Amino acid sequence: MGIVTCAYLGATILFILALGGLSHPEKARRGNVFGLMGMTVAVLATVLTGISNNYWVLAVGIGVGGTIGLLLALRVQMTQMPELIAILHSLVGGAATLIGFANYLDPDTLNYYTGASLQIHDIETCVGIFIGMVTCSGSVIAFGKLSARISGKPLTLPGRHIFNLFLFVISIWAGIVFVSTHNPATNHMSISLVSGIFPPVQGMPSGFVALCIMTVGAFLFGIHLVMAIGGADMPVVISMLNSYSGWAAAATGFMLNNDLLIVTGALVGSSGAILSYIMCRAMNRNFLAVIAGGFGTGGGSRPSAADQPHSDVVTVNPDDVAELLTRASDIMIIPGYGMAVSHAQHAVAAITKTLREKGKIVRFGIHPVAGRMPGHMNVLLAEANVPYDIVFEMDEINDDFPMVDVSLVIGANDIVNPAALNDPNSPIAGMPVLKCWESKVAVVMKRSMATGYAGVDNPLFYMENTRMFFGDAQKSLEEVYRLLTA
Amino acid sequence: MKIGVPKELYAGERRVALTPDTIEHFRKLGFTLAIESAAGTAAGFPDEKYVTANIEVMSSAGALWQSCDIIMKVRPPTMDEIRLMHVGQMLISFIWPAQNKEIMESLAARKVTVLAMDSVPRISRAQKCDALSSMSNVSGYRAVVEAAGYFGRFFTGQITAAGKIPPCKVLVIGAGVAGLAAIGAARGMGAIVRAFDARKEVKEQVQSLGAEFIEVENKEEGTGVGGYAKTMSNEFIEAEMTLFRKQAQEVDIIITTALVPGKPAPKLILADMVEKLRDGSVIVDLASEQGGNCELTEPGKVIVRYGVTIIGYTDFPSRLAPQSSSLYATNLRHLLTELTPLKDGVIKLDMTDEVIRGVTVIKDGSVTWPPPAPKLTLAPPVKPAVNSEHVAKIHGKAASADKGSWVKLALATLIAAAALTGIGYAAPSAFLMHLTVFVLAIFVGYMVIWNVTPALHTPLMSVTNAISSIIIIGALIQVSTSVQLVWILAAIAITITFINITGGFSVTWRMLKMFRK
Repeated sequence: MGIVTCAYLGATILFILALGGLSHPEKARRGNVFGLMGMTVAVLATVLTGISNNYWVLAVGIGVGGTIGLLLALRVQMTQMPELIAILHSLVGGAATLIGFANYLDPDTLNYYTGASLQIHDIETCVGIFIGMVTCSGSVIAFGKLSARISGKPLTLPGRHIFNLFLFVISIWAGIVFVSTHNPATNHMSISLVSGIFPPVQGMPSGFVALCIMTVGAFLFGIHLVMAIGGADMPVVISMLNSYSGWAAAATGFMLNNDLLIVTGALVGSSGAILSYIMCRAMNRNFLAVIAGGFGTGGGSRPSAADQPHSDVVTVNPDDVAELLTRASDIMIIPGYGMAVSHAQHAVAAITKTLREKGKIVRFGIHPVAGRMPGHMNVLLAEANVPYDIVFEMDEINDDFPMVDVSLVIGANDIVNPAALNDPNSPIAGMPVLKCWESKVAVVMKRSMATGYAGVDNPLFYMENTRMFFGDAQKSLEEVYRLLTA
Repeated sequence: MKIGVPKELYAGERRVALTPDTIEHFRKLGFTLAIESAAGTAAGFPDEKYVTANIEVMSSAGALWQSCDIIMKVRPPTMDEIRLMHVGQMLISFIWPAQNKEIMESLAARKVTVLAMDSVPRISRAQKCDALSSMSNVSGYRAVVEAAGYFGRFFTGQITAAGKIPPCKVLVIGAGVAGLAAIGAARGMGAIVRAFDARKEVKEQVQSLGAEFIEVENKEEGTGVGGYAKTMSNEFIEAEMTLFRKQAQEVDIIITTALVPGKPAPKLILADMVEKLRDGSVIVDLASEQGGNCELTEPGKVIVRYGVTIIGYTDFPSRLAPQSSSLYATNLRHLLTELTPLKDGVIKLDMTDEVIRGVTVIKDGSVTWPPPAPKLTLAPPVKPAVNSEHVAKIHGKAASADKGSWVKLALATLIAAAALTGIGYAAPSAFLMHLTVFVLAIFVGYMVIWNVTPALHTPLMSVTNAISSIIIIGALIQVSTSVQLVWILAAIAITITFINITGGFSVTWRMLKMFRK
């Protein structure tokens, strides 16, 4: 027993080191190894001391799960990273729910806990199952939205806030019923409305129906919660679900009296919470407002006749862009979700390399909420072998734009909208944006004049130093590359 | 409708209002075209080029003016040309209504419609029609070229075996379109460039071209309506003069472009300053046609005073006729695009449109100039007063320490204390120990995660996800039970968590591997 505790302590330390390593790309790889080591230590210690039976079940589980995991990780494309992470969150949530149920069904539980400790244990069980289930179903919906299987448009049912509240209250109520009926000795806790409404189920410990109702409530709540949130608020949603999977693990840890689970869960939970906070701050929106959902359009809609270029924008073609870039000496590239959708990161990288070989300064300016999850653009650029020391965060380069000759905005809209700074009535007012209009020329690459996610017009397009470069980002940039190297 | 382009009669004017490369665009708008013979020859476009483009080349000016519905020109029409116009005809060219009252009256008397290319409103939307800007751009560039032609030394500095060559110092007065073009051209040739403008907001533009922005100590703001400079107070002008007098002792070339709309050009370079300039210096006075910024300028001529060459040409764009004609023709084409929304060769004068209203100086014989004051300007928008709370919210700093937040903080502390006390009383010690660990872990997490570089936020999510699969422990301790339902659930949990373990760490590894310098 003492050995296991020490093993857990070692695992905890290794996990903290893993997260610490992420402060710099050079240290990060080592950090990942620490994480894996910590996991191995903890799992081995548990297996060696805790398993006495059903080895084959364990082996099958590890084999099947391990293989699927490796296949997924090695096959998936970087542009599918957001949906992969979403679906992985659902696994942890699902596991928390299953473990909660398994513990509830285990007859040893009622032997081990009595009285007040049983009450607390039951509450912990409920919390674990609730959070786990919300995480699981919510993540599946997030996966759907990110992989475009579900529309990015928020589902705005009439009275959806009431509906959410209703589900939440039902779940809490079912949880309370469960806690009071599960424990044979706490009749004084039962609320007269409740005990007796739910019949006991043969073969199951008491409170089964209540627990199931709570789980269903959580399931629906998770689905509805994420369905009501629009596609480009996904960075907040993914961070939030990342956080919840941590709290689910922590709750399970309380339930099982396992400090390793509690600590790890707390680390992961606070990590996700901090990311959510960063995302919300970068959009200048309140977290609760984002979660309440209903904001934003589907974004990236098909261009209609009304979206055709007005006569008041100045359009350019690949020749003009190639010439602008050739004459420039300081270039800033601002990628957005459009670059990801169009898989244009490789063309961007090729152009960057060519321009740098010609002696020009090329930098990337990344807005915190560019893309569909935190760090999305960085990952795509890294995949295309863009060196990370020319990729900068918004705060690092936002004041440099007056020195920049050409700003190239690729598939980004709201994050370069000056209305956020100048128009207090705009829906995006107050959101920090990249001030690309201060550079000498801003070339904006879009498919059409359709608005971005926030549904607002972008005055950037009509400014005197802006040139619109319409077309599919990948094709257009490949053409520019061809012209630059001709 | 038919558009006709006559040969310019003004002495020395080489530009033409239609170039072969713009013909197709006019056709696409539905117009037929005609041009007077030899109209484009001085601009490098002989008649053959127009014949090849398949438009009518007319040998008689009279026939052209008579048969066309629209006449496009560069310079204002002469009295003789006005007499060739018929009722209902349209004329598009530079007019300068403020300076050419007689021409305006004669045109009005002929009951024609006149659009003046010098009256295009200075708004972003109309930039492509703005011939003043395109011509100023050419003038600014050409000013530098002429200056270099009369200057006896290099623009750029060099160290050669035969001796050290000092760089040339250029002062550009007025940083509008012409001034900025001059700065760019002079920098391109390697000179050290300084620029002055009464409007403070052009400082950044000047500096971005690599020139030094020199200022006067006076706080007066020089920007008037429409982004133009305004007439400054006497104190300001005094300070300006002192500055220029000092500069005259240091610079080799002065290029002046200072104009105030509707008024004669301000006199900025006085005779005594010309005397202070070193022998061999050059002054290029781009304001010469409006009287000149230099007292000694003689419009249209190059003279030498006190050893200084003063260039007073009034036809810089004409000296670059091929380029200016092409630009001017493009401005005309953009204007006609605005006027022909249906692309059917018929002009629609929508007087509610700001641009069309501004450009129309005579409509069917009634003088419509000057237009009502413009609503939008190129002047930078006044930045909205941002209160400190708003700024603090954006930058995520703690809210300002006003009474409200202290009360909130106190309230939060009280609630937390009450909750902790309550738990302390009611909960068993085991729970409290776990709670301690939990809270400490949250703080450790907080500290560690803020250190993560934003570039690695995605790997952070995948690694925290992988780590949270530690929940597998919960399943591992359940799997050995004899109760079937329990170990089945545990088995499923083990399987899916293991997907997460191998998948999570591998995908993190894959991503981190890509982050290379």
